[in-house]
Amino acid sequence: MTWVLDNNMPIYLQLMRRIQQDIISGRYGPGDKLPSVRELAVEAAVNPNTMQKALSELERNGLVYSQRTSGRFITEDEELLKELKKEQAARYLEEFIENMHNLGLKDDEIRSLFEDAVKGDKEE
Amino acid sequence: MKPILECYGLSKTYGNGRWALSNLNLSLERGQIVGLLGPNGSGKTTLIKLINDLLVPTEGGVQIDGNLPGVETKKIVSYLPERTYLTPSWKVQDLITYFGDFYENFRRDRAEEMLEALGISLHARLRTLSKGTREKVQLVMVMSRDAQLYILDEPIGGVDPAARDYILNTILSNYNENATILLSTHLISDIENILDRVIFLQNGQVVLNASVDEVRMEQKKSVDMLFREVFRC
Repeated sequence: MTWVLDNNMPIYLQLMRRIQQDIISGRYGPGDKLPSVRELAVEAAVNPNTMQKALSELERNGLVYSQRTSGRFITEDEELLKELKKEQAARYLEEFIENMHNLGLKDDEIRSLFEDAVKGDKEE
Repeated sequence: MKPILECYGLSKTYGNGRWALSNLNLSLERGQIVGLLGPNGSGKTTLIKLINDLLVPTEGGVQIDGNLPGVETKKIVSYLPERTYLTPSWKVQDLITYFGDFYENFRRDRAEEMLEALGISLHARLRTLSKGTREKVQLVMVMSRDAQLYILDEPIGGVDPAARDYILNTILSNYNENATILLSTHLISDIENILDRVIFLQNGQVVLNASVDEVRMEQKKSVDMLFREVFRC
């Protein structure tokens, strides 16, 4: 399945985010081997050089590491993975709060709506 | 290593007082997928025909891997013309034999594998195939060569979106890492993600030569949107 990419952002950044997402969500676990550049490029339907760039950037962040002959692996640094999850959650929260403010809601209104939604979710 | 393609001062007029290409300079590195984009009449097909020795430059020249277009360059260039040249009475199988006889670097197994994935029978006569299917057959033949430069003139124009995905996938998974693909199309948004670079042609000249992510970073918009802006009618 082709990855959904949007128009305005550099493609390699979107690929980085998508792979980070796959790591956070557990599709790739710590120490797992990543598919090859070519395989990932075909899966995402993007240029292999662009995929290469995204992976090199992830390597610079320490999220993946490469072993000369055997390929690329996900970091086993659990702290780093936790950190990444927190960062992503913070991004979603920021976006959520901004959207709520755009609806003209006050902070305490947001809080109570949020509480209700979480409760409703549990009851289902 | 020499660039795979070099155009210097390349100019072409068909003798009607209009320059189809005028003083075009261009150099393509190996291992890239390059989109050749431009409005109708901007010179895309003229450029492609000059590279393939189907036209002679009025001024300037083209070199492929350091050679002028000719027998040697045709061995390493795999070309998909915009129009079909297939003999309608032939079977798909005959075409495979023909390509195999003609080109040393034709990979028969690769062609058969792709045709099978596309559900195209080797025994079908070309005249019985739909226009889109004929286009697919032709592209399969062209991509089944181990070439150094692939030149695809409107490769996805006539096929449905699902087949388009398959064709892009075919291009991505079959080209050699050191080969370069130059492809012209109007369907920019469909192919933007598989390109390294884009070249915009206008009135026979290069007006943009940049990587897709450079465009997105600097312009904050996709190549497709930039194209619509630059060439607004």
